[in-house]
Amino acid sequence: MRYGMAIEINKCVGCADCVVACQTENNVPIGYSRDWIIEKVKGQYPDVFLHFESQRCNHCDDTPCVRTCPTGASHVIEGGIVKVTQDECIGCGACIEACPYDARYFHPDGYVDKCTFCDHRVQDGLDPACVAVCPTTCMHFGDLDDPDSDISKLIRKRENFTLLPEAGTAPQIYYLK
Amino acid sequence: MEENILATARDIHGLYPHVHVWGFPIAAYLFLGGLAAGILLFATIYYLRGKAEDMPFTVKIAPIFTFIIIMIGLFLLVFDLHHKLYVWQLFLTFRIESPMSWGAWTLVGVSIFSLLWPLSYIDDIEAYLHERGWRRLDGITTFIRNLEHNWKIPRFIILTFRKYRTFFAYILLFLSVILGIYTGILLSAFNAHPLWNNPILGPLFLTSGVSTGSAFVMWLSNNHKERKLMSTIDMVLIAVELFFIIHMIMGMQAGPEVFKQAAHLFLGGEFTVIFWVIFVGMGLVLPFVLEVLELRGFKIHPAFPALLVLLGGLLFRIIMVQAGQISEYPF
Repeated sequence: MRYGMAIEINKCVGCADCVVACQTENNVPIGYSRDWIIEKVKGQYPDVFLHFESQRCNHCDDTPCVRTCPTGASHVIEGGIVKVTQDECIGCGACIEACPYDARYFHPDGYVDKCTFCDHRVQDGLDPACVAVCPTTCMHFGDLDDPDSDISKLIRKRENFTLLPEAGTAPQIYYLK
Repeated sequence: MEENILATARDIHGLYPHVHVWGFPIAAYLFLGGLAAGILLFATIYYLRGKAEDMPFTVKIAPIFTFIIIMIGLFLLVFDLHHKLYVWQLFLTFRIESPMSWGAWTLVGVSIFSLLWPLSYIDDIEAYLHERGWRRLDGITTFIRNLEHNWKIPRFIILTFRKYRTFFAYILLFLSVILGIYTGILLSAFNAHPLWNNPILGPLFLTSGVSTGSAFVMWLSNNHKERKLMSTIDMVLIAVELFFIIHMIMGMQAGPEVFKQAAHLFLGGEFTVIFWVIFVGMGLVLPFVLEVLELRGFKIHPAFPALLVLLGGLLFRIIMVQAGQISEYPF
């Protein structure tokens, strides 16, 4: 079992529904967000290209955040989901420094907060909130270990990229071109 | 042209425009940790070499400051935590991959031994305080002596420490090296920040810490011979430090794009002046020159180069912590 996400960048319109759905589902404090949208502009007039990327924790295979955590509050649960145990987190900020994606932040209560792939929903067989609400269905969630899952097929079939593979984190969110 | 714009509001303190969760307290702690490691390193090395009588300040007196220094550092560390009440979680586990976990446990050991070490030299400390005219601190030394005379457990601990001092000196030597290196490795473990992510940072921080330690001893020692020796050692350490710094920047220049950008922070970027003119110029080269002149017979108060080295060491940590957080992977 290895959960991952595939996001079709040519279908994303940058509506930020995923962001709002996550904030509502996970009771994220106002002003904060566990996922966010980056608008990437490339090229020079008249050949300008633009696409949106819905970004969040990449639930990496090689997790610098878990590695640097001094208490073990940051940990990986079954399915490769990276989580933080609030009561074990001392708020030192090591994982925030270690994450090249800026996916972690200090919750106003002091502990570190981040995307959980909505593991409470996934356990019930549901998609994460961001995936479930996407109006253009550009996001896909599933088991990367299962070669017959929709997401595995998509990643096999379509040209794709991950964010900062050069940082050595082996990210598990794939962007389909 | 390539431009990445954050399209959704993310009003999170310390993440934009670049990660900034560590500030002055962490830099100051790294400095104090290195300084304490340096002082203890000299104390234990010279003790083990049988020079306790030749270098009384280094071996017997200076370690009393390390306990105070470490306590200030620990206060800064805990003060900087965002979830302070859970700090005890650090001591429920040991995580071999996390330098911070190593550091937390090392600090426990160093704090205990750096308290016991000077306690076992209480007579010499009192004599030093009298010589300096700090009689107001007599209360403390008398208190410790009473503790030793009237209470069984403290007496047992202090006497045991005195008896097996050589054994404890080896442990403390080992711990102080770990403490000095770990402050550098702590930063180099973060591969998200190319400036920190280089293996020379550990040795560089250790050298810098030991250099500040020697400067500290040089500054407060009342023994001419000791001052001269520390001054010589400090000169060597400064030279090694300069070599490491150049090595670090050359290494980054020869690396991938993000490492070049990290090096650019010091080579034309926003930290160029403060790094080369103030840190390297006034924190390394100037004290080096002053120490050379002093050894050649010019009359220079030892506090002058020592304070420059100490301030330089602090500034170096501040620069590395700040600049490191700016150096990031673009995504």
